[in-house]
Amino acid sequence: MSLIQNVPLFTIVLSLLCAVVCFVGGRKISRYVSAALLCLSAMAQGSLMIYCYVNQLSYTFMMGHYPAPWGNELAIGVTESSMAFLFALVMLLSVLGGISYVNRDVLTDKQELYGAMLCLTHAALMALSYTNDIFTGYVFIEILTISSCALLIAREGGRNLIAAIRYMVFALMGSGLFLIGVILLYSITGHLLFPQLHETIAALWESGEYRMSLTTAMGLMVAGLSIKSGLFPFHFWMPDTYGRATPTSSAILSGTASKGYIFLLIKIIYRVIGIEVFAGSGVQTVLLLFGVAGMVVGSVSAIFSDRLTTMVSYSSAAQIGYIFMGLGMGTQAALVAVIFQILTHALTKPLLFLSSRDLMEASGGRQDFKALRGAGHRSMAAGFAFTVGSLSMVGVPLLAGFIPKLYFATSAVGLGWRTWVVWLALAVSTVLNVLYFLYTVILIWLPSEETHALRSHRWSHAVPTLIFAALNVAVGIFPGAIATLVNQGFSLFCK
Amino acid sequence: MAMFSHLLNNYEAAVAVILFGVGFCMLLFCRNLLKKVLGLDIMDTGTFLLLADRGDIFGRDVPIIVDGVTDFSNYVNPIPAGLVLTGIVVSVSVSAILLALTVRIYETYHTLDIDKLYLMISHRRKGDVE
Amino acid sequence: MKRKDTAFSRWLWGDTDLTAELLVPRRAEEETAPAVYEPRKNETVVKKAAKAGSRFYIIAAAVLCLIFAAVMLCAVGDMPSYGSDSAPTVNEVAERYVSQGTEETGAVNTVAGMILDYRAFDTLGESFVLFTALCTVVLLMKIGGRGRRRVIVEQETVDYSRDPIVRTVCKFVIPVILVFGIYILLNGHLSPGGGFSGGAILASGFIIFAMVWGDDTARRVLPARVIKVITLCALGFYCLSKAYSFFTGANHLHSVISPGIPGHIFSAGLILPLNVAVGMVVCCTMYSFYLYFRRGEL
Repeated sequence: MSLIQNVPLFTIVLSLLCAVVCFVGGRKISRYVSAALLCLSAMAQGSLMIYCYVNQLSYTFMMGHYPAPWGNELAIGVTESSMAFLFALVMLLSVLGGISYVNRDVLTDKQELYGAMLCLTHAALMALSYTNDIFTGYVFIEILTISSCALLIAREGGRNLIAAIRYMVFALMGSGLFLIGVILLYSITGHLLFPQLHETIAALWESGEYRMSLTTAMGLMVAGLSIKSGLFPFHFWMPDTYGRATPTSSAILSGTASKGYIFLLIKIIYRVIGIEVFAGSGVQTVLLLFGVAGMVVGSVSAIFSDRLTTMVSYSSAAQIGYIFMGLGMGTQAALVAVIFQILTHALTKPLLFLSSRDLMEASGGRQDFKALRGAGHRSMAAGFAFTVGSLSMVGVPLLAGFIPKLYFATSAVGLGWRTWVVWLALAVSTVLNVLYFLYTVILIWLPSEETHALRSHRWSHAVPTLIFAALNVAVGIFPGAIATLVNQGFSLFCK
Repeated sequence: MAMFSHLLNNYEAAVAVILFGVGFCMLLFCRNLLKKVLGLDIMDTGTFLLLADRGDIFGRDVPIIVDGVTDFSNYVNPIPAGLVLTGIVVSVSVSAILLALTVRIYETYHTLDIDKLYLMISHRRKGDVE
Repeated sequence: MKRKDTAFSRWLWGDTDLTAELLVPRRAEEETAPAVYEPRKNETVVKKAAKAGSRFYIIAAAVLCLIFAAVMLCAVGDMPSYGSDSAPTVNEVAERYVSQGTEETGAVNTVAGMILDYRAFDTLGESFVLFTALCTVVLLMKIGGRGRRRVIVEQETVDYSRDPIVRTVCKFVIPVILVFGIYILLNGHLSPGGGFSGGAILASGFIIFAMVWGDDTARRVLPARVIKVITLCALGFYCLSKAYSFFTGANHLHSVISPGIPGHIFSAGLILPLNVAVGMVVCCTMYSFYLYFRRGEL
């Protein structure tokens, strides 16, 4: 085994160590250590992804001296390493882009803890991308939940606390349901690792034994992870939470943390349960319906919101609905569209959160739409970035957001009644997206009556946001390269 | 009915699920924040009871090797016990965080009743972070 | 019968109040008035909406609970029978843990062998869950700067070390608790116990000490720096040793850690040092929880 194949192990252990160092070290050490860790990790995951792609490699990594059903394992391939690379890159850019706000929002003697929490979130995301064991998945889900809560409460404020406790209650309900699903699955199969679970579940489905427990276990695991990532009836914690946290936290949570849960869900559906069993159990149709409902309700709530970050958070709920609709369709083509949607959303949402905070600051700290009039002229880079992000969300061609919508529409062909549901949902939600995103974009570029001196902008501050925008455009113009990557990953992913 | 064939045999699991349900109801219906936290704790306890039960095998002993007898047919399944250990630590951590949040909320708003809290946050509070 | 008004009869009938001897003078209170509310929306409208919302919520929550209870009971009824030895969980995985566990890991307690050797990655994650919770509680409870001020109304401080019963009993009990905790910690691989339980017991001993003799004495015995350094060293050792173990395992290299002779204290490879490390982490974390909840700083 070559040294580069050990990258996941090194990354996870290094992140955990850095978290402890940040906790003990103090403010300056914490800042440099967490930034260095994210840089190093992004480069390492990127190289691993290229190595796996070039060698068409997909392997398992024993965590310890004992092979599969007796010891823990990691499963590494193109799909997993590209997800990990995406998470590390988005975290790095979000931290660099929002660092000045972190300095302002988080108290000085608590900034070292913020750095430790970043390292722990990163460790949990890496572990969730690579894990091949369902109980390890549960443990790192808990780490991700708790560190997300800490990232949210880092900013002082009474309403933050209420938002945080609401978020924790929802998240713990989700974890609890997931754990019961794992327990039920363990009691009827006796295994905790993905390959063995897959064989046993297929055999159980054939024989019809324990059918009720199996369906309930699947439903509970899917429900638990859906609650945590913000599917339709459980998205009410999003606006308060994302809207009131410091923009780095909102960016990391909406861009990477929810995607971590969704990627684990994808692994469970495709690698543990298997797509035939999943389709036969009826959970798939439920996911499709809730996803479609989320798309519509999220957009409608965004239209009626009165603050910028509330609107962006509700649009996040709508985009998560797209992902679940894709999972509910169940074909390989739909899965490619889902991965593209994850990629696009992870690149666009942080962009929107960072630039909306910039626009807010340029409007005297107010977020209501009246005050934001003309904010684009006051802060050019933020206005440009927000425009790119909004147009991508709407689905304008040449930007990243167009690709997943196209793939969803094409992959829905030939699925019977589902085709019409998907096409109708896509059309309705695109129209709704246009209503609120384009309205905001026009609003921020309208010249305002009062004369505001143009802010002298520190461009170094805006560079990460502009990198996000550039990546967005790049994905929009060259989707083919990413599509080959994704397809090659899947040929090895769904064995 | 085939579904209930084992329900009387699995009475421990049924009790665990009822305990989980009790905790879930407390979480959803109680208006006091502390009671919600307690409800979450009871839910976790029900989950651990469900998990720990999975390991028991009638007529066998604790999985600590005595007198060098290593044959599996004398011992209970050790896996659920290890998983419950992890679960208990997670439950303790989460309870600590929720209680810290409750203490801070009480210090800020001087009430633990969620209806009153909802009314308060619908009104803007002076000096609050927007 | 008329009671005689002697000290004895007052004590007998419960009229004597001895708590005055335990009190220390109260520090000056910082009372801050709650802020004035500026209603943003019409209060009656909000109240009406809240009432309607809560009625809908109660109905929805009740339906959800009933559905969930019904589904779960059905699922439980369908599960393998309790205690049967032909259940799917009794398979080759559990069998190897028990029958070859002692020989491969060196631990007589097969559960310890499982969580600290076969499935060690889960336990590494679990220790860090505790650490994450510690960081979050510190983030919330730490007093200082512009953040949380000292608790607004401080309770009457009772000095338990002046009470003869508490003082004498604790002087005897606390060392016993600490020794018991260390015993459980060290014997994790030989009998029920291990790092988590041992650490919790140790922490309870320290907490009783801090409660009885006061925060200042506790700070002299266990200063903040010591707690942080112990946490750092224990978690660092855990990460590095487990990384070595995973690295040698995945790359099929030979590892220098050997299982040793089962039944001896110094055996079971890494399990004993890991139990000690985990115990230290748990002890420091629980003790820090107590301190942060009580006074907001270490």
